[in-house]
Amino acid sequence: MAKELWKGNEAIAEAAIRAGCDCFFGYPITPQSEVPEYLSLHMPQHGKVFVQAESEVAAINMVYGAAASGMRAMTSSSSPGISLKQEGISYLTASELPCVIVNCMRGGPGLGTIQPGQSDYYQATRGGGNGDYRTICLAPCNIQEAVDLMQEAFDIADTYRNPVMVLMDGLTGQMMEPIEWREIPKRELPAKDWATTGKHGRDHTNFINSLYMVPEECDAHNAHLLEKCALMAEKEVRCEAVKCDDAEIVITAYGTPARIALTALDVLRAEGVKAGLFRPITLWPFPEKELHTLAGQDSVKAVLDVEMSAGGQMIDDIRLAVLGQKPVSYYGRAGGVIPTVEEIVEAAKKALKEAE
Amino acid sequence: MKKEIIISGFGGQGGLAIGKNLAEAGMAEGLNVTWSPSYGPEMRGGTANCSVVLSDKPVGSPVFIHPTELIALNEPSLAKFESGVLPGGIIFVNSDVVTDRVQREDLTAYYIPCSQIADEVGNAKVSNMVMLGAYVAATKVLNPETIESMIQEMFAGPKAKFIPLNIEAFRRGMAAVQ
Repeated sequence: MAKELWKGNEAIAEAAIRAGCDCFFGYPITPQSEVPEYLSLHMPQHGKVFVQAESEVAAINMVYGAAASGMRAMTSSSSPGISLKQEGISYLTASELPCVIVNCMRGGPGLGTIQPGQSDYYQATRGGGNGDYRTICLAPCNIQEAVDLMQEAFDIADTYRNPVMVLMDGLTGQMMEPIEWREIPKRELPAKDWATTGKHGRDHTNFINSLYMVPEECDAHNAHLLEKCALMAEKEVRCEAVKCDDAEIVITAYGTPARIALTALDVLRAEGVKAGLFRPITLWPFPEKELHTLAGQDSVKAVLDVEMSAGGQMIDDIRLAVLGQKPVSYYGRAGGVIPTVEEIVEAAKKALKEAE
Repeated sequence: MKKEIIISGFGGQGGLAIGKNLAEAGMAEGLNVTWSPSYGPEMRGGTANCSVVLSDKPVGSPVFIHPTELIALNEPSLAKFESGVLPGGIIFVNSDVVTDRVQREDLTAYYIPCSQIADEVGNAKVSNMVMLGAYVAATKVLNPETIESMIQEMFAGPKAKFIPLNIEAFRRGMAAVQ
């Protein structure tokens, strides 16, 4: 199929339609506004629902309602807007409702900046709302991957009855790149026999609920959610290792910094520095075993984590995976500043020198 | 082959469109391409810019601080990006808007009177096509025929009357650096 030039935000919106998204509820915020803009035009053309809600809080609760009735529902926003949705995401996860949430991250904290950022890693991977829960978090580093992951995001959500977050940054949303519309294999999905679609002669009433007045029942519900987390952690981990076979320095990064690191690898290798890239594609579940094994490899002398975050957030998971086998250091820029190839090259050399 | 190009000017001068044309033409020729816009709250009179990569290998970083070429459509753009251009690179200056001269001596500068040529062709709006022609002729990374067939596709149907105008502007831009 011929390649087409697409803007990231518009491409994921189109990918959502192709993935069978029935309803979108959103609210504009830079740098993701092209997602609702595109869907406002194209969802009605496909006989699907687009609602610009009165707020982010309203949008995520509309997702709750639509998902409860068995619809493929989606919302998108950028960092401060995603913060507003956290209560709803906690309720969605507690009520076991599948949905897709796109966070096109900008710099924070607070209103921060409209430029790209990655400082929502903790929020995305630890469950940003109250309670013990996790959402699967997919982190594409280019537009093709973002598009390919949208179908998967909806399917994973339906498989586990759990919200899935697609975590990208403002640059991936704003830039244009050639993509191909590939056929992504669809998963065998369980029937949504739990949905509140009317009783239609069923012998029981379906309830969608996150409130348990009896503590033992809530405890059992938590145990059930935890079992699902274990299953997701076992089956859904994705990552990529580039030029790691002989790497002395392993750079860890996701999203835009990962692709910048790819260029840094070329520069480093041209200078004789054996550099590799380890890129988690699922941030939760984190590819812990894969990174642990790589860090244990004899050639590896140091690990350098690169993020668009002030002190690093993914670095916690990097350290937990590396588990002290090799030194882990950090380079990052925050507040909307994108790290340059040159900066990553210098940081990698420094990390290697310190390790030696 | 890897070209990292910054195109910068006032909003409305067509800088982002030049970048998109380069990316589309590169894609049509089977190159790997990216187009990344600045999307800040640009100040009136300041610069709106985009970064384009054309490469025969997969594109890693879509952003860079040392472009191989700079297309400066206004003075703030030249002031902001001149120092970052790689030695041996090229700066294309829209000399109808920019009166400053390029200070660097370790690169090539072309001064293209885009607006004047566009007026001669018959429409001030095609000044970005003039600059596109200059870029294609000077760098030789893209086949002029690719751009011309792209122009034909761009103005399909009722807009077809704009095709000769745009192609003429593109060719005059090419001639301006030869």
